[in-house]
Amino acid sequence: MSEVLVVIDHVAGEVKKPTYELLTIARRLGEPAAVFFGSPDQADAVAQKVKAYGAAKVYVVDDAQTKGFLVAPKAEALQQLAEKSSGGDGLAAILLPSTFENKEVAGRLAIKLGSGLITDAVDVQAGESGPVTTQSVFAGNFTVQAKVTHGTPIITVKPNSAAPEEADGAGTVETFDATISDAARTAQIVATQPRQSTGRPELTEAAIVVSGGRGTGGNFEPVEGFADSLGAAVGASRAAVDSGWMPHAFQVGQTGKTVSPQLYVANGISGAIQHRAGMQTSKTIVAVNKDPEAPIFELVDFGVVGDLHTVLPAATEQITVRPR
Amino acid sequence: MNIVVCVKYVPDATADRKFEDDFTVDRVGVDGLLSELDEYAVEQALQFREKREGEEIEITALTVGPEKAVDAVRKALQMGVDKGVHVLDDAIAGSDYVATSLVLAKAIEKIGAESGGADLVVCGMASTDAAGSVIPAMLAERLGLPQVTLASVIESQGDQVRIKRDNEGSTEVIGATLPIVLSVTDQSGEARYPSFKGIMAAKKKPLETFALADLGVDAGEVGLSVAWSQVEDTTERPPRTAGEIVTDEDGSGAGALVEFLASKKFI
Ligand SMILES: Cc1cc2nc3c(=O)[nH]c(=O)nc-3n(C[C@H](O)[C@H](O)[C@H](O)COP(=O)(O)OP(=O)(O)OC[C@H]3O[C@@H](n4cnc5c(N)ncnc54)[C@H](O)[C@@H]3O)c2cc1C
Ligand SMILES: Cc1cc2nc3c(=O)[nH]c(=O)nc-3n(C[C@H](O)[C@H](O)[C@H](O)COP(=O)(O)OP(=O)(O)OC[C@H]3O[C@@H](n4cnc5c(N)ncnc54)[C@H](O)[C@@H]3O)c2cc1C
Repeated sequence: MSEVLVVIDHVAGEVKKPTYELLTIARRLGEPAAVFFGSPDQADAVAQKVKAYGAAKVYVVDDAQTKGFLVAPKAEALQQLAEKSSGGDGLAAILLPSTFENKEVAGRLAIKLGSGLITDAVDVQAGESGPVTTQSVFAGNFTVQAKVTHGTPIITVKPNSAAPEEADGAGTVETFDATISDAARTAQIVATQPRQSTGRPELTEAAIVVSGGRGTGGNFEPVEGFADSLGAAVGASRAAVDSGWMPHAFQVGQTGKTVSPQLYVANGISGAIQHRAGMQTSKTIVAVNKDPEAPIFELVDFGVVGDLHTVLPAATEQITVRPR
Repeated sequence: MNIVVCVKYVPDATADRKFEDDFTVDRVGVDGLLSELDEYAVEQALQFREKREGEEIEITALTVGPEKAVDAVRKALQMGVDKGVHVLDDAIAGSDYVATSLVLAKAIEKIGAESGGADLVVCGMASTDAAGSVIPAMLAERLGLPQVTLASVIESQGDQVRIKRDNEGSTEVIGATLPIVLSVTDQSGEARYPSFKGIMAAKKKPLETFALADLGVDAGEVGLSVAWSQVEDTTERPPRTAGEIVTDEDGSGAGALVEFLASKKFI
């Protein structure tokens, strides 16, 4: 069976959920081979994780070579890996979790390999002539089916695009020595400041997202309290971010994160098209807004016309005392 | 010094965007404009120059797109850019990322040809229609330049550029030496409005149109028919069925909300 390369999404060896989603998708297309850019001493632990989702192989690329510079070194390493791996039974596809960085890696890789590229797929299925992708475009108003017609399909896949399914894989670890050129080491990461963990679920991966907008008036406590009662991630509109109430990392929308949770609760958010672009594909949408004419109410499964500063704390209280 | 700002002409996001029968974006029937996210690119190019008093810096706005796309370049000229270039060729219609980046890269090379290449290429963080966020990295690949992408703060001294950016889990500082490809986010600072003077001055600024042949690109390398990724179908999302809306009276809203969440098994 031909290989499907899956780039592992991880932080310091801790594998993130989108990886398992991609491995699940990869099994529809061929034999998953996971690619770990990281420290070799974490490789075995990572391999244990990904083999449980069907990874037949785990290629380990020592990130001493690739880290410290933006994007270009990873693209070079993947090119070399793809060329090696297509030697056997061929390479069916290259899948990457759709982060800004991976999209850029994929873009450069497409040029290097002479391959078509599809970004931000929300579903990938096996078709008669290779993978068929679904994208959600124009702020979620359209879905688009597409396929790659030239070269090895390179596809970046959004979080929550598949339910991870466990499967036994061999998980054979193989070290891959990439040769990184000097030309690829020109945009240097001079300093990195990790963001403080909020202790809440990751915005893009969370099953429930509770967001606040300008209507919070800068007081996010009701939003955060409600989020915690549901075990949810916290998000924000750009108006809330621009006002300095929340860091940009929390922004949902066109220029922030795209989320597609089971439940999205918008509080004090009007529902501008750019905000919708980041949340319209959520399964269930709820809004609390004091303006009955707010456009967000066009999207909702359930809405409360009211002041978030009274509705949310009361709801939080009721959820907290509720027997489970 | 020679700066090229890439600006895309996109259908208005607040209008009814749709697809043609061949699944390409309707770029004629829907009102278009300079992508709002590329206004930030124009702004940063202008600020880059303003911070370097006394240096001779020429800024060119470049667009690849249909006839009306020239409006995107005009807006950039009104904002203060010196020159405009519009790559216009029917063969380009329906191009994918790979072909679009090829045409842009060739145009950038041509614009910089007389002065030994562009010193700085500035892009937006994403277009507001396709939103791929891939073209800047692909331009860096094609031009063999450092890619310094998704900047929210940009500083430069001599040929050194430093930017700040938000990555997935961290804030980073990136350093590189000109020439580079830079992309900027909507966190980089509000874009200026064209002044009356700017609008008048723009009318006299040079605006060139290139066809593929002028760039040495073969028409067979670009366009819908050779796109390496092809759209097979588009479907309009069915409108969401109207949900239940309750009005909070004397605290009834919270109870109703909790009941709804319980009925859907979220609690
Ligand atoms: C290129 C571009 C990109 C953009 N990207 C994004 C993006 O990524 N994400 C994003 O969110 N926006 C984005 N925007 C901005 C977007 O257009 C809107 O301006 C923004 O989403 C508005 O935020 P808001 O809904 O919080 O504020 P507003 O539109 O001001 O709405 C506030 C809402 O709160 C309600 N309210 C007020 N007080 C209360 C109260 N006490 N209780 C309950 N409700 C109350 C009001 O009725 C109103 O509906 C972008 C814009 C552009 C041009
Ligand atoms: C809904 C939709 C989905 C698409 N999906 C795919 C896909 O999966 N794969 C694929 O190969 N193609 C795809 N395309 C085609 C692709 O959009 C075009 O090739 C497009 O011109 C470049 O991509 P982008 O707009 O996403 O650019 P981005 O990478 O988002 O643009 C970033 C920056 O590059 C510059 N730039 C981009 N385009 C131009 C331009 N024409 N002129 C001047 N500057 C420009 C701007 O500075 C812009 O801010 C899609 C198109 C649409 C409308």
